[in-house]
Amino acid sequence: MIGVGRGPKQLLNVVDRPLGKGKNEVSLSAFAFLFSELVQYSQTRVDNIAELERRLEDAGIGVGLRILELLCHREKANRRETRLLGILSFVHSTVWRCLFGKVADSLEKGTEHEDEYMISERELLVNRFISVPKDMGAFNCGSFVAGIVKGILDGAGFPARVSAHFVSVEGQARPRTTILIKFAEEVLQREARLG
Amino acid sequence: MPPNSRPGDAVFASVDRVNAELFTLTYGAIVRQLLTDFEEVDEVNKQLDTMGYNIGIRLIDDFLAKANITRCSDFRETAETIVKVGFKMFLGVTGTVANWNTDNTECSLILDDNPLVDFVELPETCQGLYYCNILCGVIRGALEMVSMRTEVKFVKDVLRGDDVFEIRLKLLEQVPEEYPYKDDE
Repeated sequence: MIGVGRGPKQLLNVVDRPLGKGKNEVSLSAFAFLFSELVQYSQTRVDNIAELERRLEDAGIGVGLRILELLCHREKANRRETRLLGILSFVHSTVWRCLFGKVADSLEKGTEHEDEYMISERELLVNRFISVPKDMGAFNCGSFVAGIVKGILDGAGFPARVSAHFVSVEGQARPRTTILIKFAEEVLQREARLG
Repeated sequence: MPPNSRPGDAVFASVDRVNAELFTLTYGAIVRQLLTDFEEVDEVNKQLDTMGYNIGIRLIDDFLAKANITRCSDFRETAETIVKVGFKMFLGVTGTVANWNTDNTECSLILDDNPLVDFVELPETCQGLYYCNILCGVIRGALEMVSMRTEVKFVKDVLRGDDVFEIRLKLLEQVPEEYPYKDDE
């Protein structure tokens, strides 16, 4: 039986090991190379841009679910947010700071629709070394991050559709990336009920 | 570089870095996706090696540009540089070199830990998986770009119950100044 008594790390069951503080780092290049392989590999398995974005989103969802669990244990004393604004600010600050070393540039409520929120980032980490070929249109590798956000929201009980979009900014050569979150109807109904 | 500091530390301190958990979980997402797509673990091992190779042939440029090292005089030095500077610069960990054969063409790269495997446990169905096989591909690809044909494979893996990660590195051929363009597609 593994995981009994004191022993070297590898003999302990994974859930019995102490949770790291999350301060370890790897080089940005290592991540960029790996992410680029994810995108290139995904490209070989799809026929169109929408499918490619979906594959990246799927990969992100797996990351998001795990990040939610990890951060709730480590940063929130085993609690998670149950209110809409709480979970959004958790994503915008706690999650962003863990994954990208900073809080997101902005979190806004959509002006046209009650159920839409946007997290924007001038230079999203995953897009830093990516230039999208002209024939790929509006493809945005930020789909991966959109997937992470979706994974977190779904996992926390806030089902939503999440997508990544380029938004051009006046006076800047590169567009920023906006993660658009559209919550499911039941989420808003629950919020309204909770008052 | 101040005396006593290990050669990879200064390089690692000088490059841009990201949170290791993002890296770890992203790698996990890739492995999961491969397992879903290919089903056979042997095929996944192969695919990870190929991905690593693709990374290696590009990563070597990044390494040579930033690592501030001089040409290695022999294969022993090459192996030392991989574990002390290469692993440190990209993954933030260092290893050791051991078990040389008598001709100095084959050795083991030993890692106690590596950030790819945090939070990972292999389920029953994946016992044949070399989870970190991407590293073998990276080393093979990178060395090929500096004229060394090698064979790289895992022989010990902590996830399979071994005490360390051991990568067996075998020099097959030194190819002097021959451009290894062998992609035939």
